Amino acid sequence: MKRYSAFAVAREALRYHTGWGRAWAAPTPNRRYDVVIVGAGGHGLATAYYLGKNFGITNVAILEKGWLGGGNTGRNTTIIRSNYLQDPSAAIYEKARALYENMSQDLNYNVMFSPRGVIMLAQTEHEVRGYRRTAHANALQGVATEFISPERVKEIVPIISIDGPRYPVLGGLWQARGGTARHDAVAWGYARACSDMGMHVIQQCEVTGVRSEGGKVTGVDTSKGPIDCDKLGVVVAGHSGVLAEMAGFRLPIESVALQALVSEPIKPCMDVVVMANTVHGYMSQSDKGEMVIGGGADGYNNYTQRGSFHHIEETVRALVETFPMISRLKMLRQWGGIVDMTGDRSPILSKTPLEGCFINCGWGTGGFKAIPGSGWGMAELMAKGHSPLTEAFSLDRFKEGRFIDESVAAGVAH
Amino acid sequence: MSTRIASHGRLIDRNTTVSFTFNGKSFIGHAGDTLASALMANDQMMIGRSFKYHRPRGLVASGAEEPNALVGLGTGSRFEPNQRATTTELFDGLSARSQNHWPSLEHDIGAINSLFARFLPAGFYYKTFMYPRSFWKSVYEPFIRQSAGLGQVPTERDADTYEHFYAFTDVLVIGGGVAGLQAALTAGRAGAKVLLMEQSAHWGGRAPVDGGTIDGAPVEEFVEQAVSELEAMPNVTLRNRCMGAGIYDHGYALGYERLTDHGPAQPGPRHRLWRIRAKQIVTATGAIERPLAFAGNDVPGVMLASAMRDYVVNYGVTPGQRVIVATNNDDAYRTAITLHEAGVQVLRILDARNSGGGPLMSVARELGIRIDCGRAIGKVKGGKRVTGVSVCAQEGQGGALEDVACDAVAMSGGWSPVVHLWSHCGGKLTWDDAHAMFRPDPQRPPTGADGLGYVTAAGAANGALALDAVLEDATVAASAAARAAGFKSKSVAPPQGAASPEAPLEPVWLMPRQAETPLRMKSWLDYQNDVKVSDVQLAAREGYESVEHTKRYTTLGMATDQGKLSNINGLATLADALQAEIPQVGTTTFRPPYTPISMGAIAGEARGEVFQPIRKTPMHDWHEAHGAEWEPVGHWRRPYAYRRPGESTHDAVMREVKNTREAVGMLDASTLGKILVKGPDAGRFLDMMYTNMMSTLKPGKCRYGLMCSENGFLIDDGVVARIDDDTWLCHTTTGGADRIHAHMEEWLQTEWWDWQVYTANLTEQYAQIAVVGPMARTVLETLGGMDLSKESLGFMEWRDGALGGIPVRVYRISFSGELSYEIAVPASLGQALWDKIADVGAAYRIMPYGTECLHILRAEKGFIMIGDETDGTVIPQDLGLHWAISKKKEDFLGKRAQERSHMTDPDRWKLVGLETTDGSTLPDGAYAVAEGVNPNGQRNVQGRVTSTYHSPTLGRGIAMGLVLHGPDRMGELLEFPGTDGKTYTAKITDPVFYDKDGEKQNV
Repeated sequence: MKRYSAFAVAREALRYHTGWGRAWAAPTPNRRYDVVIVGAGGHGLATAYYLGKNFGITNVAILEKGWLGGGNTGRNTTIIRSNYLQDPSAAIYEKARALYENMSQDLNYNVMFSPRGVIMLAQTEHEVRGYRRTAHANALQGVATEFISPERVKEIVPIISIDGPRYPVLGGLWQARGGTARHDAVAWGYARACSDMGMHVIQQCEVTGVRSEGGKVTGVDTSKGPIDCDKLGVVVAGHSGVLAEMAGFRLPIESVALQALVSEPIKPCMDVVVMANTVHGYMSQSDKGEMVIGGGADGYNNYTQRGSFHHIEETVRALVETFPMISRLKMLRQWGGIVDMTGDRSPILSKTPLEGCFINCGWGTGGFKAIPGSGWGMAELMAKGHSPLTEAFSLDRFKEGRFIDESVAAGVAH
Repeated sequence: MSTRIASHGRLIDRNTTVSFTFNGKSFIGHAGDTLASALMANDQMMIGRSFKYHRPRGLVASGAEEPNALVGLGTGSRFEPNQRATTTELFDGLSARSQNHWPSLEHDIGAINSLFARFLPAGFYYKTFMYPRSFWKSVYEPFIRQSAGLGQVPTERDADTYEHFYAFTDVLVIGGGVAGLQAALTAGRAGAKVLLMEQSAHWGGRAPVDGGTIDGAPVEEFVEQAVSELEAMPNVTLRNRCMGAGIYDHGYALGYERLTDHGPAQPGPRHRLWRIRAKQIVTATGAIERPLAFAGNDVPGVMLASAMRDYVVNYGVTPGQRVIVATNNDDAYRTAITLHEAGVQVLRILDARNSGGGPLMSVARELGIRIDCGRAIGKVKGGKRVTGVSVCAQEGQGGALEDVACDAVAMSGGWSPVVHLWSHCGGKLTWDDAHAMFRPDPQRPPTGADGLGYVTAAGAANGALALDAVLEDATVAASAAARAAGFKSKSVAPPQGAASPEAPLEPVWLMPRQAETPLRMKSWLDYQNDVKVSDVQLAAREGYESVEHTKRYTTLGMATDQGKLSNINGLATLADALQAEIPQVGTTTFRPPYTPISMGAIAGEARGEVFQPIRKTPMHDWHEAHGAEWEPVGHWRRPYAYRRPGESTHDAVMREVKNTREAVGMLDASTLGKILVKGPDAGRFLDMMYTNMMSTLKPGKCRYGLMCSENGFLIDDGVVARIDDDTWLCHTTTGGADRIHAHMEEWLQTEWWDWQVYTANLTEQYAQIAVVGPMARTVLETLGGMDLSKESLGFMEWRDGALGGIPVRVYRISFSGELSYEIAVPASLGQALWDKIADVGAAYRIMPYGTECLHILRAEKGFIMIGDETDGTVIPQDLGLHWAISKKKEDFLGKRAQERSHMTDPDRWKLVGLETTDGSTLPDGAYAVAEGVNPNGQRNVQGRVTSTYHSPTLGRGIAMGLVLHGPDRMGELLEFPGTDGKTYTAKITDPVFYDKDGEKQNV
């Protein structure tokens, strides 16, 4: 693999950039791998990457139905934070956030992690108390957050209106080391690194069946023929239920559309991420200058990767109220992705009833920020059979009633 | 130079001048001009700078597809960035500024990027800026952000207003060109209710510019007649300046009407968002011309051939005096002919086709225009303005055959139907090889609930480019749409369009075909985002082969024009690089809106006070007048405390608690949810909804009930009163009223749909006043009218009666531990009763109290509060509420869940009281730590504070909390680290701090 650097770019410029090779190879699938990961989104690729990096398992194929990073990895609002309330959530999201800090250097691919800070606004007394509690929990979990005053919020976000007539800002939970990253680059960087380790990233390869023998997984059928494996990782947000059915088990998951939108680009005006859960909206500014906006998920199940306009309206209305200056900006584009929602809105990283088959899904509206932590834990789970990061997120928690409910800290949006 | 010409200008009024400024400089235009045409008339061809390289940029197009000519419009509270000059109608006093440069448009420091363009190819930032790590946040990113971003930031609150319209129609026709007009006529004549929307101020689209005849008369006559016939039809609504912005599932569509953008002084809302339900939608959205990719195709003065024609015919302006036309099709000849007629010198027509064109070529030749076939532009010369071109062979590598001096270049690479709206909701495309374009696939339209298509494309939007084909296609499309909407149209022959026949085009994706690398690095695909042919080729080389990867890696099509000019050229370039067919490569996803729409319009009227309507109890104004500090609870506002002059909020709360405990207080409890549940199966239903048995409750009695989710978690609580044999009134928390009502209905409608139960949310129908404290009975007895003695109205009973002449229902319930009555009256009598109680109570020291006092009163008694002691993870058993869970019932919501292993785990945290050892108040939400850390390195914890207050009654801090094995550890000390750096030590106690035996409420 050719290392990326300013020097390499300058050198290539002299020959009109004709010397760059493929970022990741386009191999034809082998008949067998030690591990097959289904889904080349962020979580799938990160799982493969840490299998190789942490456990030396590199005879790995990552199968992708469409184009890598084309699901929710490429559709989210790129927010990274770990100010979660419950211990298991804080652990995996904080692991992810910490890995994001070094990801560009680790992958030699600039994912533009920008630790610009995330504020979650408190706009009711109930939220104030919820975020004070989160701040207490975070302090014990090793997650640096603090509850800040409305004046401090205004100082950090000058374009915000803190004294709106309806929901004045009463404070905020501030995580200075949260931020954003370039979502596509995360998938691309991992794909390149996986490919460099000799793993096969195989696009346009749809899994059509899961093979097993005596309750143990033996491989998958794909649009490019059957592929055998010892271990199978299913990491296919949005279609987890479909894959689980192929593997012969059911998941406590509903799939709904989550929408986002961007404005036209303007010069820098907001340096942090602001989330306003009471009014259902959150916003940050991309490096390109667009205001990146998200809100709540649609209220009905579907697979369309579109959504209903009234959710866009609700979100924009909330943000115009919070940031009056955006009224004269224009919405450039809206889009949707399909998110897997579990009963407790927390993910599933687990063994399954099919031996050798592991599943990573149910990230709901909060998957992007977890990618490296999720991959780290999932790789450990697949390699060793257990991982402290994933233990609480096992499938049997739904049978036991051992839910991990974040509704206090993350009412709607992530 | 670009200038106004003496002829043409069908849309301008030469007798009316309009003055405006651009970058502070004053200019004159005419009524009917766009900002773009007026700037062109004033020889202002350079209008902006590109996003990445800060290259000088001028007008390329004449409509919504314009990528370059974006300006900041207006000032102060009416400033708006990124406005397209081409769709901005000129008005007197318009003030515009160019964007993305410093210090000025002419001299831009950022243009240095252009010199280093070779070092800044697509995606260079993924390969650089990685070291040192800290530099990304502190150095690289701020620099990138500052040089990116286009328009300036609006700083003031928007001075304009916006509104929403709701419309229902049989047939929605989007686009008011000849296709749209003909479609509207066809559907309207069939009797369908029709809404016709046109994004510009003018009807007829580009047909009047292109020439030809309809039924033997000029196109303009057809347009005029069609509009007047449509205006006369009562079933047809016409709206210009109204863009079809998006099509969504089930025939939902958005219209974006710009009401005052062309005259900001006018009264009324600025934009109107139409939210439309249409049975059928006809998209008659026309087609957009494609640029040609040749070196220097972005220099100001290089324009689309059709746009140049628009400027001459519509506005009487020309971008230059000596023009070269480059084309691969016949349509561009119309521009050459028009320019010639307007007195502009057309130096060459470079037709990439070896055999040239059809009859239009002959016309041009007869006019004396030189036509070179098989020729291409090798390179455009000039920086801020075209100064000439070098001509080469299309099949070659770009070797110059001759250099020609000129001041403008018209280019045409063929036409692409506007398929955006068709595609928004899942309509699929098919590749038309003959015309080298994607057009809607009629076999795969967007489908509605019935599985049938609800969108039909018509005219050029459907790939029918010639005038006769447009009219015929529109007639067929609209007949089908009307029929699908239930209206049969009479079969009438469409009007006959006639225009010069055209020879087939020859696809040209790169000019010249074998252009060498240095040329490809100057051949723009996406103007605004500075994506060139070489960038797409680089993406393909590096494996970003999916069209989505290429888009995201290069930013092709991601600018404010969303690739209207660049998409097809870009993916053809990609297909070429991958040696694949264009349809194999496919398109990226078309998403709403068609062009950007204002956030103001999306938010509509919902701003400020009416952002979300505040719900007010009948006594709201009284509270306001008596010093209420408001707390938002759900959509309500409740008084947090009533502050007296000179009093702090804390002092007010302490006074209210003390007074209520010692004398009597009154609380506006109207916001509590009140849901009437009625019917033969109501008891059975409530037995399922509540953990308690409600069916056995006797009329006249009340019972405190708990509601759980199907996962067993406590979601709401409240007092249920049985009114009569088949009627119960369920009180919910304030925040829970709507949610619980919906929860009940969901179960009734989806699970127990055969049960005879009816629910009604009566929350707003009753005002409810709690009179609380040792003197409560005395106050009410003084008011008179009912026997409220212990014998007549016992604890947890209710009675109807009258107090002070007002009909009331009195509940004897208590959330404070005091003698307490809650009195419900019809909402209209709420204030009257409140006043009477306050008057009579004055003698007994009655005072109103707010929510914080309410909280303290209940916490002193160890009563739980939904949302404090519960957070979606707590079951009633955790809170010691076993007594409220029926053991007799076979089932209730949550029962099975509460039997799961984790729910019965003895290690669940349980409710206790907490008292700090020093009397201070525990911090809200603090955790009790335990020894050591867990496998993830997090400090182990063994409990947490759920509610904490300073109790004036006890003169110390009290708290409730959930603690591991708590009830078995009375007296043990726990440590709670605060976020203030202090650690608080508290003793585990009984959660009931006050009147443990409940004597006071039972008096």
